[in-house]
Amino acid sequence: MYAAEDKPMKLEELIEDAQRVLRVCNACRYCEGFCSMFPAMARRLEFTENDVHYLGNLCHNCGSCLYSCQFAPPHEFQVNVPRLMAKVRGETYRQYAWPSALGKLYNNNGVAVSLISAFSIALLFWVAGALTNPERFFAAHSVEQGSFYALMPHNLMAGMFGAVFLFAMFSLFMGFIRFWPYMGEELADFFKKPLAEGLHDAFTLKNLGGGVEQEGCTYPNEQKSLVRRVFHHFTFYGFMLCLASTSTATVYHYLLDYPAPYPYLSLPKIFGTLGGIGLLIGPAGLLYLKTKRDPQLAATDQTGMDAGLLVLLFMISLTGLGLMIWRETGAMGTWLAIHLGFVLALFLTMPYGKFVHGMYRLMALVRWHVERRRPVPGVAPE
Amino acid sequence: MLDTNKTWDLLVVGGGNAALCAALMAREAGCSVILLEGAPKPYRGGNSRHTRNLRCMHEEPQDILLETYPEEEYWQDLLKVTGGLTNEKLARMMLKHTSSCRPWMVKHGVRFQPPLGGTLHLSRTNAFFLGGGKALVNAYYDSAERLGVSIHYEAKVTDIEIEGDTFKSATFTHGGATHQVRAKAVVVACGGFQANLEWLEEAWGAAAKNFLVRGTPYNRGDILKVLLAKGAKQISDPLQGHCVAIDARSPKYDGGIITRVDAVSLGIVVNKNAQRFYDEGEDFWPKRYAIWGRLVAGQPDQIGYSIVDAKVMGKFMPPVYPPIRAKTLRELAQKLEIDPDALEKTVAEFNAAVRPGGTFDHTIQDDCATIELTPPKTHWAQKIDTAPFFGYPLRPGITFTYLGVTVDDKSRMILQDDKPCKNIFAAGEIMAGNVLGKGYLAGIGMSIGTVFGRIAGEEAAKHVRG
Repeated sequence: MYAAEDKPMKLEELIEDAQRVLRVCNACRYCEGFCSMFPAMARRLEFTENDVHYLGNLCHNCGSCLYSCQFAPPHEFQVNVPRLMAKVRGETYRQYAWPSALGKLYNNNGVAVSLISAFSIALLFWVAGALTNPERFFAAHSVEQGSFYALMPHNLMAGMFGAVFLFAMFSLFMGFIRFWPYMGEELADFFKKPLAEGLHDAFTLKNLGGGVEQEGCTYPNEQKSLVRRVFHHFTFYGFMLCLASTSTATVYHYLLDYPAPYPYLSLPKIFGTLGGIGLLIGPAGLLYLKTKRDPQLAATDQTGMDAGLLVLLFMISLTGLGLMIWRETGAMGTWLAIHLGFVLALFLTMPYGKFVHGMYRLMALVRWHVERRRPVPGVAPE
Repeated sequence: MLDTNKTWDLLVVGGGNAALCAALMAREAGCSVILLEGAPKPYRGGNSRHTRNLRCMHEEPQDILLETYPEEEYWQDLLKVTGGLTNEKLARMMLKHTSSCRPWMVKHGVRFQPPLGGTLHLSRTNAFFLGGGKALVNAYYDSAERLGVSIHYEAKVTDIEIEGDTFKSATFTHGGATHQVRAKAVVVACGGFQANLEWLEEAWGAAAKNFLVRGTPYNRGDILKVLLAKGAKQISDPLQGHCVAIDARSPKYDGGIITRVDAVSLGIVVNKNAQRFYDEGEDFWPKRYAIWGRLVAGQPDQIGYSIVDAKVMGKFMPPVYPPIRAKTLRELAQKLEIDPDALEKTVAEFNAAVRPGGTFDHTIQDDCATIELTPPKTHWAQKIDTAPFFGYPLRPGITFTYLGVTVDDKSRMILQDDKPCKNIFAAGEIMAGNVLGKGYLAGIGMSIGTVFGRIAGEEAAKHVRG
């Protein structure tokens, strides 16, 4: 491999280099058909820092442009858009974290996510320990006895997780409310037809298709493949099914007065099991691809952030499925504490980890669909 | 590594579009093929790396190609840019072939995309590669590898042994050692000599020192020289080539398409004495860019300066290097290191000659012209009077040379006695001069490479396998 060294860059250096590279790309434009980022770039004659963040989040790191680039390293122009844009996204996440002091968690995100996970699991054991005694904790509780709630009252669980979750959502919302105007758009324009188009692109991962023919992107290596998109779909839809599982369970609990645990063929269980399987296959596949990926495509200091979220999702799913299988045995307490510990860690790190990529990318996609309707100033036939 | 006792069916010298087309065609026809590319892997593909489209004849709309581009129109376009320096039989054969070769290209992994931003005028005539020429080259190499073509990088062919009209073997260096390779036929597709500065200087004199080589640094013409010395019939001359005015700040080699400056037709161009020397508004830039390299080459110290004012900024494709910018023309001249008095005088004369009442429109050939000015500016002539002022320094940028070997309609190399060789074929830039004696048409380099590469591979296979 001819991977140019991935040097650490100061913020100003990063923005300047992105502006330089975008000038090269804009004078060339051969990659226009690969994704939405290049047509968005071609609408501009110069690039402000805001544009750099917008285009950075529109890039899906598919790699097609790097392998096609006549100016890629070792060429002296050193054009490597996928890696550069990954670095820019890292900056977006850091700068738009709320509260901003916690943006520092991106400096060493893998370590941060690991420590928060360890802390969360320990906390859950401590809570379970404080509420029960060893005998009860390690005893088998049947479904009829309320299983989990024999160890941890429902309201405590719901209260604790609900509060953390609401905080995470609020924190993400603060990112949204600041980043959208930063890109130069009116808030009201977000909630129009382009939102549906942006969601379509996000739900289909159209931009990982490598162009009109959707043959796939060049990841983890130069050969076109749809494998990354497939694993991401497993992950994303797995996550959504788990969310559906929790939501239906909440409705059952509060509106239908029908508390957990639920039988295997109930909606929460079906959603949860399918979602859980998705969250095993997807993250495992994406982690595996990461070990195979061409190092040129990656910003090396982001491996921890990427892996952090994937490992978290995988562990939540693994322990959730374990909990389902062994819920009537003496091991249930242990499974429960570990599972809830990982879930808590996910909620806590949602606004300070890789999870935010979905939000910023969706915003960039919506912005693209907003601006693509606007006329471009004409240039002389080139 | 290489089995030196083996006699291959076909040796392909070179590793760009033409070479790969030949290798693929011959391999598909059942030949054993070895391909020797002189460049290291990241720079494989010669000038094809820098290309972006194929000029295609089509009698009806074809997927991404709009309307029609009939044979006669294509032929007239070629006739016009070459001023008749072309071989009609070969040229017509080639342009007909371009109407049917794209499915084969797609089969080997090439993908096309709708015309790029700022290139709408080419949407009728040129089929754009998704990702550009390097993506095309990558696709062909993948396909060739899968089909079992033996590919070697940094394998520089230094000599070709010919007996009478028959190729015997080639000598090449690889990994610090010299090797011999025998084959029943050879396709020579290793480009022109634009990166050979000594050769350029022989042809152009000292002026060549100021040329920038926009194309690959690996085309040095070594095998072209060998073939001409061993009896190949020369075509074109060393002064002819694809030579564009590019930004003087570009790298010495390999700057590619992004070094172009599209501001020329919207302002004025002066030489180092701050004098204008040619009608900047003669025609649309895409139709004129190929003459400006030679125009600048004819000026003292081979440098020119494209000068525009604030009115036209944003109306041409953004060049890669930011313009040199100043509040006044005096200051701009100082920054460009030309005589401020002379520049002010030239601009004042130009401004005075701009015919009043014209309606500027850079998307058509408008009615803004100069009166009684030498040289005139016949379109897009507006007063240069709105600060800030911008300058782009220009140098001749040579992409590839046309001096080459003569071929026949089977792409066989012709010898000085006008007889074709038995088993020596040539394709791509090394024989481009047969079709393109001078000037340039966007996308025709890839047409020549693709068509003659395919024919060379096919004919070589026929020769070998009967």
